[in-house]
Amino acid sequence: MKKATEIPDIAELDFSPVPKSEAHEEKMRPSQSYWQDAMRRFVKNKRAMLAALSLVIMLGICLLGPLVWRVDPNLQQLNEALQSPSWSFEGRTAKVIADPDNSRMQTFVPQAGILNSTVENIVTVGLASTVQIHLSWQAPPGAHAFQIYRNELPPLDRSTLGVPLALVRGLEYRDALKLELIDYYYSIVAIDQDGKESDSYKTLQVNVEQAFSLSDAKRLGFDVEVGDSVVLNAHPLGTDSLGRDLLARIMKGGQVSLYIGIIAPLIYIFLGIIIGGISGYLGGKADSLIMRFTDFVIALPFLLFMILFKVAAGNSSENSINIILFSLILLSWPGSARLIRGQVLQLREEPYIQAARLLGGSPLYIIFRHLLPNTLGVILVSLSFAIPSCIFTEAFLSFIGMGVVLPDTSWGAMCNEGVKLMITYPYLLIVPSVFISITVLAFNILGDGLRDALDAKMRSRE
Amino acid sequence: MKKYLLKRLWHGIITILFISTATFFAMHMVPGDPLSSEKAITPETRKALEAEYGIDKPLFIQYGIFLKKTFIHGDLGFSYTNRNTKVNEIIANHFPVSAKLGLLAIFFATSGAIMWGAIAAKYRNKLPDYTSMVLVILFISVPSFVFASGAQLLIVKLNAATGWNLPYRGTDSFVSQIVPAMILGLGTMAFLTRIMRSSLLEVIHSDYIRTARAKGLSPKQIFFSHELRNAVLPVITIIGPAIAAITTGSFVIETIFTIPGLGKFFVQAVQQNDYTVIMGTTVFYGSFLVLTVLAVDIVYGFIDPRIQVEK
Repeated sequence: MKKATEIPDIAELDFSPVPKSEAHEEKMRPSQSYWQDAMRRFVKNKRAMLAALSLVIMLGICLLGPLVWRVDPNLQQLNEALQSPSWSFEGRTAKVIADPDNSRMQTFVPQAGILNSTVENIVTVGLASTVQIHLSWQAPPGAHAFQIYRNELPPLDRSTLGVPLALVRGLEYRDALKLELIDYYYSIVAIDQDGKESDSYKTLQVNVEQAFSLSDAKRLGFDVEVGDSVVLNAHPLGTDSLGRDLLARIMKGGQVSLYIGIIAPLIYIFLGIIIGGISGYLGGKADSLIMRFTDFVIALPFLLFMILFKVAAGNSSENSINIILFSLILLSWPGSARLIRGQVLQLREEPYIQAARLLGGSPLYIIFRHLLPNTLGVILVSLSFAIPSCIFTEAFLSFIGMGVVLPDTSWGAMCNEGVKLMITYPYLLIVPSVFISITVLAFNILGDGLRDALDAKMRSRE
Repeated sequence: MKKYLLKRLWHGIITILFISTATFFAMHMVPGDPLSSEKAITPETRKALEAEYGIDKPLFIQYGIFLKKTFIHGDLGFSYTNRNTKVNEIIANHFPVSAKLGLLAIFFATSGAIMWGAIAAKYRNKLPDYTSMVLVILFISVPSFVFASGAQLLIVKLNAATGWNLPYRGTDSFVSQIVPAMILGLGTMAFLTRIMRSSLLEVIHSDYIRTARAKGLSPKQIFFSHELRNAVLPVITIIGPAIAAITTGSFVIETIFTIPGLGKFFVQAVQQNDYTVIMGTTVFYGSFLVLTVLAVDIVYGFIDPRIQVEK
């Protein structure tokens, strides 16, 4: 520290202005408005930018996806039902074959003797395809009937032959039970006259080809003849229990989920701005009356009333989407009205508002020029958290069967369908859940980023 | 204090009345009535049944009867779908199941959040903090039904793979309630963790902590008797709303895990238009929530004298 005596003489020159060229211009940053500053902070936030990017992708999939992926989400193809995700967009070609021949089997006369050898010469008859696999074999002496087993893995011993398909009293068998494009291992066990299965078995590996029966192809609208081939839709995310393409349904359901999730908050926050703004600006009796009413609406058990609105409008109603939208708006506006009112009450006393009033600014001018722009940050932040919570609520309602109903669908409704077959076909639940979770997650992270960028008070607290 | 209590109680009663009135009329706007699901019903039987349940009278008289029976006699009437079962009985039998689940969930949520939030704050801007914040946002964002069905799937697969017999549904044992309760409390826990973390960070930098350190207390003593005690307060305030969130959350959890709680019953009743059960559970849940929030507010006044309840 310098002592006072060490201060040199103050020359008159020290008080003259510094020449312009010597001014510390390089140290001055260009002045930034609140919004420019917020934008800069937001763009620097990597997490938030990543979230924004994934939201853009999600919106792109749901809104533009159907233009590219032109599969009807409601088309039911029972013979394509419950296919696991294939992760490939390539259509599969399938041969068109004649309708399976379901005529009676040739009568089978058991040969006399004691059963001590196995079935001989198992062969497939015709094309082994996803339509039908036709097996035929030769009976050993003493065989009265045959047990057919099917496995997807090569059997190791007598106990791993797979699913028992049928007990046949003949020398051929036609299998059409949910055939998929994999190799099957058919094992045939002969049964003697006492009905006892022999210990030995014969296995045949069958390579399945994709095919369509003529009548199925005709029913799906293909104009083909036997021997032609058709191109089937690929199902990158698999199909549901009615054979509807899951990717197309995800897109359609996503449109509904995002529609409710984005439109409802936009409307109810707008309502909240108007009601809260009026209430805060007017003050006095009107304010306390409006606030009493919002208190009551807030006290209503939210989910109970969502469900009741839904029921009141008819549970099987056709425009279930708009009912959810409507009830969400009706029950959610008080929160934002309270928030905006608090902001307006606080801002009303700020010196710059009083100055504007002193200078003769009209109430409308003050509201639009000063009050609104200064609450916009808070509004944006609350909007970015309202969207995921609305998507969440919709999913929740649809999941318990109180939301979107057929023929419409949403991600929540798809989860509801998926949970029924969850144990055997987990992808039916996993696919829509992943979409909901990513979207809500991204909106939440985006909201955090926006809050960090816009709300200086919240930032200092973290 | 007394005046404040009376005022809050009065507001609570009005809210409950408002809830039951709105529910009553909303429900009667639904096309069809509970008897329309009855198969092969003759006009005479229908008349007799309508008279028995009193739904042949004009709506406003029905409303009057409902108010009198519910709020004066405490009688919620008979269920339509389960003949001869009183709604009071249904609530008495099934609410304890939900309450047990809910209490367990709140226990998991608060104890987990306090621990977790404290760890995150202690290791601020280090790996435990970052991982816990990622997990928190994940638990807030993933719907509970996803976790619930995921957990169920996992238990089933685990049972199949190891030959164990872990329960994945029902309420046969205490063990079978642990998984549903944890999942029910997960979202709340994540939310509370955030609050705990930021409140602890605020407390750490306050003057009395510096004083405590200056007078030579060990870090352990400072943490347990000063920091933790003060940081827990904001967490306790949120418990009121948290109870509401957990109550509604239990609808889904009870349906997925087939737990015979009141939430599952309510969802069923709404699907079957069972007037008396809907009304009964709504009035019950409404009153329950209003009273819990009131109770938490009052208790909070005792815990933290800085909060003026009167205000």
